[in-house]
Amino acid sequence: MFVTILILGLVLGGTYALLALGLTLQYGIARIMNLAYGELTLAAAFVLVALMQGFGISPLLTVALIGPVGYVVGSLLYTVMMKPLVARSSGGKLDVDSILATFGLLFLIQGVLLLVFGPNFTSISYLDKGVTIFGVTVALNRLIALGICVVVGGALVIALATTRWGLALRAVAQTPTSAPLVGLDVNKVARQGFALGTALAATAGATVAMYQTFSASGGVVFTMKALVIVIMGGVGNVGGALAAGLLLGLVETFVATAIDPGLTLAATFAIFLLVLLFRPQGLFGKA
Amino acid sequence: MVNLFKHAKACTTAFAIAASSFMAAGHATAADDTITIGYAVALTGPNATGAGISTVPNYRLWVDQVNGDGGIEMPDGSRKMIEVVEYDDRSSNEDLVRAIERLASQDKVDLILPPWGTGANLAIAPLMARFGYPQLAVTAVTDKAPEFAARWDRSFWMLGGGHDYATGLVDVLAQARDAGTINNKIAAVSVADGFGIDLIKGARPAFEEAGFELVYDESYPLGTSDFAAIMSEAQASGADSFVAFSYPPGSFGMTKTAQAMGFNPKVFYISVGGAFPIYPGIADGKADGVMAIGGVDGTSDSVKAYFDAHTAFVGNPPDSWASAVTFASLEMLEQAIGRVGLDHGDLAAELSNGTFDTVIGQVKLEDNQLRDLWTVGQWQNGAFVGVGPADKTGAAAPVIPKPEW
Repeated sequence: MFVTILILGLVLGGTYALLALGLTLQYGIARIMNLAYGELTLAAAFVLVALMQGFGISPLLTVALIGPVGYVVGSLLYTVMMKPLVARSSGGKLDVDSILATFGLLFLIQGVLLLVFGPNFTSISYLDKGVTIFGVTVALNRLIALGICVVVGGALVIALATTRWGLALRAVAQTPTSAPLVGLDVNKVARQGFALGTALAATAGATVAMYQTFSASGGVVFTMKALVIVIMGGVGNVGGALAAGLLLGLVETFVATAIDPGLTLAATFAIFLLVLLFRPQGLFGKA
Repeated sequence: MVNLFKHAKACTTAFAIAASSFMAAGHATAADDTITIGYAVALTGPNATGAGISTVPNYRLWVDQVNGDGGIEMPDGSRKMIEVVEYDDRSSNEDLVRAIERLASQDKVDLILPPWGTGANLAIAPLMARFGYPQLAVTAVTDKAPEFAARWDRSFWMLGGGHDYATGLVDVLAQARDAGTINNKIAAVSVADGFGIDLIKGARPAFEEAGFELVYDESYPLGTSDFAAIMSEAQASGADSFVAFSYPPGSFGMTKTAQAMGFNPKVFYISVGGAFPIYPGIADGKADGVMAIGGVDGTSDSVKAYFDAHTAFVGNPPDSWASAVTFASLEMLEQAIGRVGLDHGDLAAELSNGTFDTVIGQVKLEDNQLRDLWTVGQWQNGAFVGVGPADKTGAAAPVIPKPEW
């Protein structure tokens, strides 16, 4: 029972954490609260399905290649759409402006997805095989998601903590106003942060497509889940998002198995509420 | 929390969107040789998925077919082409009600077709009654249909209620149990949302009355995407029958999880989504034996012709639950117009009392409701066919136990 909860919970948590990594980068570094985040993940999910069904391209190949594509798309999005907002904003105005702008973007992407891919539920069957770990059977595709999450998240944590590039990203995240004083191009770093976030959103979306049913109108669910994890983990804190995602997966699985599956959502938001009340900076954020 | 969030978001951007409040796809022009038919459905937003499967394709297919034949035949033998006024309600009941108001008072359309979903149909019922339009509420599953039909006498309810489907399933399972094919234990899960709650509420007493034991009976929140914990509990419960009162994402997710973990109950029943044409693909080609809500007469030529026409026009086959009934409701409307013309009172009376030849066979409503319904269907040889009620014309014999995945 304990092992079952642990393994199922970690696998579920890995898929959650993977979803949240991109959003925490976008909000933490570029200061853009991207409400269209879920739609971007969905777009990647649709791309994966289209490539698989139309051209027979292996989903794993798509997952590997969609990150760079997402980076380019995110970079363009930032340059075209976000930069004007950043340029004219002062103080906390960027938060509000970016929420409004990306809320519009949400409908734009959703409309395009509806037009191109139609309103149907989409689901593919790929690597749905069971893998037994310590006597617990988990789906291989979810295990892959956990693996990607651990590798990508771990690499990010290390890169942010030890490299010069990571230092620049952290500097801009913490005090965007003083970063130029030490010769940092805030605009460039913010663009990198946003683009990297989009790349992660695309990777997460492509991974989600392997194991979950989705439709063009369901992006907000992803945004919500990612948002809860980002705030719980501390905004911009990659390690925090990883930990919060895994924690959420464990709690949901524990509640579903030991108490009642009906209370999983309640448990999620109870923890969220506690964090907001007692540690508003997030479980791993600095006050 | 989700709703609050949505609401807050909606408020902040309301002004931005207000300008483009309505998107009209066409404008009604009053002309004697056309019939204007209006509808407002969810083309965007969370309901767009359901509407895009069961409702919109059938409306468009029907209009295309009728106009292709030269229009709707009137009682005097003349024919009138259909002109459509289509609005997007963006999955919001407020927008929907406004659109209906506009269709009735500004566009002055001759007829209004219903939106998709139980809530949406209930939302417009008082308005439709006030303007006197007949309302052929197809995609509305409610146990209160008799009350609603009595309250709004021009409303018609054509997809039964949760109780019908729950008892229909129990009947099928009881027969298998009496034949010794399955044990008397049931593992049931239900989505904690209107539909799932209705069905499990109807099913609990029905299972008990039939002598079944519910060894696992849990609900899960709407939006759950991971069913590993639930399915492993259900597997451990020792029940031969797994019953899920679920929406499509849950139905699909549970199918995949069951396959991944090698969970092979003798009866695998899911609800909405099981009758969708994409289901066999989701089940990786191993759908045969899976039971679900709905069904069509697998032996009927008219159903086959309808599936072919739908596939040719839309690009994919219809779902095997609400689609055929939706199309049948449009055929009823067409035949009723041919008999009594466009007067709303006469039309409602004809729909209520008349007998109609439709794709789902001969239809005669009882107290403004379609009662002759498929409640349980099963994938057999790649087609989703009705198996319950067992005495309905064209019913196939259920295959129990289900072959292993």
